[in-house]
Order: sequence, then structure tokens, then C-alpha cells
Amino acid sequence: MSNMIATRDAYGEVLAELGAENGDVVVLDADLSGSTKTSSFAKKFPERFFNMGIAEANMVGTAAGLAASGKIPFASTFAIFAVGRAWEQVRQSVAYPKANVKIVATHSGVTVGEDGGSHQSVEDIAIMRAVPNMTVIVPADGVETKKAIRAAAAYNGPVYVRLGRNKVPTLFDDSYEFAIGKGCQLRDGSDLTFVATGLMTAQAVAAAEILAGVGVSARVVHIPTVKPIDEELILAAARETGAIVTAEEHSVIGGLGGAVAELLGERCPVLLKRVGVQDRFGTSGKAEDLLKYFGLMPENLVEAAKELLGKK
Amino acid sequence: MKDKIARLQEKARKLRIDIVRTLHRSKSGHTGGSLSVIDMLTVLYYHKMRHDPANPKWAQRDRLVLSKGHAAPAQYVALADCGYFPKEDLQMLRQLGGHLQGHPDSKGTPGVEVCTGSLGQGLSMAVGMALGLSLDKSSNRVYAVLGDGELQEGQIWEAAMSAAHYRLDNLCILIDANGLQIDGEVAKVMNVESIGDKFRAFGCHVLEIDGHDIAAIVAALDEAEQVKGKPTAVVARTVKGKGVSFFENKASYHGVTPSDEELPRALQCLGDCCD
Ligand SMILES: Cc1ncc(C[n+]2csc(CCOP(=O)(O)OP(=O)(O)O)c2C)c(N)n1
Ligand SMILES: [Mg+2]
Repeated sequence: MSNMIATRDAYGEVLAELGAENGDVVVLDADLSGSTKTSSFAKKFPERFFNMGIAEANMVGTAAGLAASGKIPFASTFAIFAVGRAWEQVRQSVAYPKANVKIVATHSGVTVGEDGGSHQSVEDIAIMRAVPNMTVIVPADGVETKKAIRAAAAYNGPVYVRLGRNKVPTLFDDSYEFAIGKGCQLRDGSDLTFVATGLMTAQAVAAAEILAGVGVSARVVHIPTVKPIDEELILAAARETGAIVTAEEHSVIGGLGGAVAELLGERCPVLLKRVGVQDRFGTSGKAEDLLKYFGLMPENLVEAAKELLGKK
Repeated sequence: MKDKIARLQEKARKLRIDIVRTLHRSKSGHTGGSLSVIDMLTVLYYHKMRHDPANPKWAQRDRLVLSKGHAAPAQYVALADCGYFPKEDLQMLRQLGGHLQGHPDSKGTPGVEVCTGSLGQGLSMAVGMALGLSLDKSSNRVYAVLGDGELQEGQIWEAAMSAAHYRLDNLCILIDANGLQIDGEVAKVMNVESIGDKFRAFGCHVLEIDGHDIAAIVAALDEAEQVKGKPTAVVARTVKGKGVSFFENKASYHGVTPSDEELPRALQCLGDCCD
């Protein structure tokens, strides 16, 4: 937990590595290359970097065209614009033809902070998850980000990777094996399971530690690939612990919580509580204050766990 | 009129000071584009627009849409100074619990007509307002303020096309052409020139002015009012960071606020004694 790195910084680093390894990797941005960190690729490979200006729809369409000519395009901007402004281009030009386009969006969720609700995407997982052919990955830390980006580059098809603005604790080391569609258990437990994604996985680990102090044994399952989701890992947790608390920096509608609710509802109904943004828009403030404001702290997860245990 | 121009110039200088102080305090927000647009906002709020700060929803008001919503601090200091809300509210810019969001939010801030901040959307909303006013046979006008980088969004041109198609002479588009966006010079990132020719081709009456020349802004807005049967686009050539020498023409000051060390120097540039 000692070193902290923003997932977007890890993205910039791995992108530059990939650029050196594979001449087919091309990168597009929409006037935010300093913030998304694609600038590190742009500096090294200017001829394979395309700044499309403030024109996200055109950027995504152009990426689809580059994929059609055999390139491996990574298109980046803030999550709200990649998924929001360019959604139908994502659907029609990328997902429908199953184009080999990687949409890597930074500044997702409420931890965008001061820019406010207009810039805080709390719906992007839900929106991207609903699109056929789309793979949705939400890394928890820098190490996982690098591995996920490499996996996305190796995979042939549309991928959406959701990254964040701020530094987050490092949970994984280099021995961690990332595979698209695979979740991982970070902590065993028998009373309930936290199923978390993105920066909320670290919050879930902290919550499990708090609960251990009061004699509650909480399992922590990290789900980096929200689609296709690791059904077996989640079903096993449901069967073995009988209570699930989902945790995501996203609306409780349609994201990880939605995906888990769909799965459990059909295959293994157990006690469930979805922790996330409660069908609200974001607001301006400091990232750490907003995590509290929206109830995304370890304490909130502890509270949710206790509520479920009370019903057991 | 000369007196009036001098008063507006002085007002713009004061508002620049408010922008710098507010952004220094908030430690977050967009400095360059707020300083480049403030002369236009000053002419709009203190000379051209019919509006009533005591009655923000007054039916006979002219409308302003800050499509380049990241320049919210410029609009906020003007709204506060006009009396739409207490000046103390500026201290809560971008803070949790304040109404002054990072980007204009009509739900919470009196005097803000619509929500902007996602670039490219404001002009369409301005077109809708202009259509609504004309349906109501209102003589009120709509002003839409755009960035030059923002012109890269395709929706801007869809909106311009519809504004001309519906002959919206009650709509005036002001372009803050400061030549810069986040990643550098507009001409190098994704060239939008010739801006004037483009808006002309889309059916607008086009004026090119120095966007820091108060008299020229006044004259352009007067002329726009006389144009019949088409919208007017005012291409205002400006300097990003205008008024603070070391912010001027620097893309790096787009989203960076004055530091403690820079504050006194910035205020000095604006003729404000430090306290
Ligand atoms: C749709 C959208 N894409 C990206 C951004 C991020 N962004 C904020 S300001 C900005 C640059 C704006 O440049 P310009 O329109 O020239 O404004 P100015 O120079 O006046 O600040 C960008 C890309 C945004 N707010 N909206
Ligand atoms: Mg500009």
C-alpha cells in the first residue's frame, strides 16, 4: 500500500512501452493529452499520434478507420466525453463491426473533483456494459492498469478501460497475472463478500480490516473486468458467504452493482447491498471530500456489511 | 460615450482582479480563458444586455450562454458584482457545499441560464432559446460565447447551420479567439481558421474585432442588433491570460491558478496594490 500512483500515469508509461514494441499501435487524443498522459506516447512517436482537437466523436470514428486499416488504435479523453459525446460512434463504428479499438478514458467518477458534476462520469460503466461486443475493464491500481492495457492491446476487439485522475494505493505486484474476464480474491472471509472494482477495491480491503477488528470475516473479491464478468468467482462467494456488498465509484445503476445483481438474481439470490453513487450527479469539491460525501469510504462499506449481517 | 467606454474598461480591470483573487483562493479553475473573455462579458453585463439581478428569471431579459463553460470564474465575478448573489459566495468556488460549480450550473446559480462545460453544446441551447424567444414574439436577444478550440466540435457547426436556417437575427455568437487550447496553439492542434469565412459560409453575418477593445465590442454588438434575417458571429481576437503579463499567450496557464508567489505580481499587473 506504500506507493501511490494514478492509473492514468501508469497508462502513459505502458503506452510508450507498447509503442516501442509494436509499430501498429497508434494513439488518438482530443486536446487532453497532458491529462490523459498520452503525451508520453506523443513525444516518442509523434508520427503515430493524432491529436484530433476537441472533437471526440470524430476521434472515435477515426480510430475505427485506423483499426479497419490494421492499426491498433488507443483513443483517449476524459470518461465523460469518450463515453458520453462519442457514444453512438462507439456503438456503430467500433462495437457493431467489432473493430479493434481501445477506448481508454481517464478522469472517471467523482474523484475528478473540482471540475464538478458536468465532468464526473458516474454512468460510463453502465453505458459501455450495455453495448454488445464491448469489454469493460476498471483497474484498481497502476500495476493492474499496465497489465490490463497490455491485455487490451493483445486482444482483438473493442475494449473500454476506465482510469482515474488521482493517485491510488498500489495493491498488486509484478507477479500478479491479469486476464480479461478474470476476477481475483484479495482476502478470504466467510461472513460476507465485498465485490469491488477500480479504486473501491482498496476501500473494500480497508473495510475488511476494520471488520476483522470486530470479529467479522469479510472476503474481498476484486473485479477488474466488469464485462465479461467473472461469474464463477462471484457465485462461489455468494454461495460460501451468503451476503454480497458491491463497491464502485459509479452509479449503483447498471455498473458493477447492476451486473452482480443480475447475476445473483438469476443464479444465486443472496443478501445484496450496492455501494456506489445513489442515482445522483456529482458536484464540485476535493476528491477526498467527495468520496465521503457520496458514501464511498471504508466506513460506508462497513455499515453496509453490518446491515446485511443483521438480516442474515 | 467616451466616459462610458472608460467606465467599462475600469470595470473590466476590477473584474480581472476578482478573477485572479478568486482563482488564487480556490486553487483550481481556468485562468487563461477567464481573462481573455472578461472584456466581452463586461460589455454584455454592464452595457448591452437587459437584465435584472434582483429578478434573474425576469421574462424580458436578454440571455447569455457561456458555451466555453470552463471560463465560469469570469461569469461568476460579473454576476456577483452585478448583485445576483453575494460576493462572499466567490470564496466557495469549486468547493463542496457552494453553488459555484466548476462549470456553470443553472440549478444552483442565479443568472446562469443553462448548464455548460461540455464544450460544443452551448450554441445549440442558445439556438433553442432564440427560437423560443421568437415564438413568443420577444424582442430579447441571446448571446452565446464560444472558445476557438471549442469550434472543433461538430455540434457547433450543426448549431450554426440551424441558426442561419431559422434566420435567428436575435442570436449573436461571440468567439473568444485567443489562439490557444489545452494542448497548445489551435492552429497546430487542429486548425479552425478561417473562422470568419466558416461562419460566413454557414450563413452568419460576420464581424472581426479586437476582443479587448471595449469600444469595438460595443460597436460590434450594436451592429449585430441591426442585422436582419441572419445571426451574427463576432470573431473577437483575444489574448489568453490578458492583463497578467506572465499568463499571456501561454497554454500552460489554461487550467492553472495563480500561486501564492504569483498573486502579488499578477495583481500588480492589474494595477491593484497588494494587501
Ligand atoms: C466536450 C469537451 N471536451 C473536452 C473538454 C476539456 N476542455 C476544457 S477547456 C478545453 C480547451 C478549450 O479551448 P478553447 O475553446 O479555445 O477555450 P479557451 O482557450 O478560451 O480557454 C478542453 C479541451 C471539455 N470541457 N469538453
Ligand atoms: Mg482558445
